[in-house]
Amino acid sequence: MSQPPSFPRNREPGKAKFWVAAFAGMTIMMLAPPVYADSNLPPAYWSDRALPDARQEAQAQELMNELRCLVCQGQSIADSDAELAGDMRDLVRRRIAAGEKPVAIRGWLVQRYGSWISYRPTAEPAAWPLWLAPLALLLIGAWMIRRRIRLKAKT
Amino acid sequence: MTRLGRFAPLIGLGIFLIAVIWRLATPMDTNVSSKLRNQPVPAFVLPPMVAGKPALASVDLATGQPHLVNVFASWCVPCITEVGVLGQLKTRGVAIDGIAVRDLPEDVADFLRQNGDPYERIGSDQRSQVQIALGSSGVPESFVVDSEGVIRYQHIGAIKTSDVGLILQKLEQAK
Repeated sequence: MSQPPSFPRNREPGKAKFWVAAFAGMTIMMLAPPVYADSNLPPAYWSDRALPDARQEAQAQELMNELRCLVCQGQSIADSDAELAGDMRDLVRRRIAAGEKPVAIRGWLVQRYGSWISYRPTAEPAAWPLWLAPLALLLIGAWMIRRRIRLKAKT
Repeated sequence: MTRLGRFAPLIGLGIFLIAVIWRLATPMDTNVSSKLRNQPVPAFVLPPMVAGKPALASVDLATGQPHLVNVFASWCVPCITEVGVLGQLKTRGVAIDGIAVRDLPEDVADFLRQNGDPYERIGSDQRSQVQIALGSSGVPESFVVDSEGVIRYQHIGAIKTSDVGLILQKLEQAK
């Protein structure tokens, strides 16, 4: 039997202690809750609770993933921990439970906050470049290739 | 290659740099303004917030005189200084109503006792539902509602002493 490989022993116990302390310190800092200007009320009832009807909950989830949080702009209300996002999830779930169509709820919010609130790209004129860009790039590419082939044919 | 073609990458870089500098010089406005300006206040009925103070409903805002509707909270730090400025507006004859967002009666009572109470009515918006219905995205925010109950102006953030003139002007226009 061969000897088990010998690992170099840590000759500086002080160094190991330092790293243990640093790691513990960082862990504690991560556990500390960040300070928000939040209210003293608990989250709204339906903010973090699934609807009993699985089909309705799926509808709500789909819509909540496409609505932008007003506080943490760039997150969806499904992802955000902001209280206003929680209240918006509560609003979405209540309305869906009441039988309202997701498209109507989205429309109701767009009426208030503009298309900004919805992540789904619209067909309004401001979004036309977005839809036309791939087509334009394809055409430019085709034109460049055609030029290449012609130049090659000449030589 | 044509002469212009040779410079195309450089021109492209120039345009890119100008765009970047322009965006850095004028930072994006992250305020989300309500699209309900020049629209009637959405119908709502809120329960009272504090004892002895009437509640607020949308019908209370179409009374033949302009109203200033202040969306606030006792847990909102800028609201503390703002409520003092609202007191100044009140002495100038402005009708001020409050929507207290996600708040507790005792907290609001303390807030008013410590900082002054310019409100005629205060409604309790426990789940931010009226705040969302108004297209408001935070506290404090204020809406100038005209004599017929139509939203004419939205003020995002605290009303400062320097904004008093502007608010009075918007209220005058809303008569």
